[in-house]
Amino acid sequence: MIPWLEWVHVAVAVAAGLFCIVAGLLGRAPNDYTLGATALVEVLLVVELVVVLLAPAFGNLPTGDGLEFWAYLLSALLVPPAAIVWALVDRGRWSTVVLGVACLAIAVMVYRMGQIWFVQVA
Amino acid sequence: MDAQGSSRAVGVGRVLIAVYAILALAATARSVVQIIRSFEEAPVAYLLSALAGVVYILATVALLRRGDRWYRIAWATLVFELVGVLTVGTLSLLDPVLFPDDTVWSIYGRGYLFIPLVLPVLGMVWLWARRPSRVEA
Repeated sequence: MIPWLEWVHVAVAVAAGLFCIVAGLLGRAPNDYTLGATALVEVLLVVELVVVLLAPAFGNLPTGDGLEFWAYLLSALLVPPAAIVWALVDRGRWSTVVLGVACLAIAVMVYRMGQIWFVQVA
Repeated sequence: MDAQGSSRAVGVGRVLIAVYAILALAATARSVVQIIRSFEEAPVAYLLSALAGVVYILATVALLRRGDRWYRIAWATLVFELVGVLTVGTLSLLDPVLFPDDTVWSIYGRGYLFIPLVLPVLGMVWLWARRPSRVEA
């Protein structure tokens, strides 16, 4: 992982999460903005995946447990798409809230991944 | 046979189910890693964590389904989880060696923002609000 990328990712995920939850509570059905924000969070996860796959070539390795890191990353990659599918099927305000919850969950998971990569000692 | 409750109740239930699904994924994945990596360090805690993960998955499914039986299963899973988080939470304070603080129920779910503590209660409130006798009226 790269420190500034993690920071950006968490910030985007928190912002998207709050945006979607507020939009949902205000009665908005899933729209391009809320779905787009969630999709952006997923895109950043894919970027993280690429970074992590390339990292060892640059001598960038996690200080913590690699297995735990991958468990977080692979789990995280599943969440936004699942939420988006849900929101496309059930186009109600609460699906928008679910998008927000998913984004906030990703924020936490990316933060934890950062802990494993930079802080935790295996 | 569908719940006659307000759409809000149905909607809030959806958010509840989504949070349960995410918690189930997170708890199960983490306990699998812990068992693979360091089972001998805290076998009781990690096995309980794995069991918690499975029960969370079952809770998610039970909350999604309709019918008396799934309703009862949902109640059972929520009670199990609440008892589990309160018990293991207390034990983790009393015996940090047997129950290290990185499992889903340690310190009342602190590692998961206390969601494991709050969620079963919210789930029970929601189940109570849509209990069958009320819906049929």
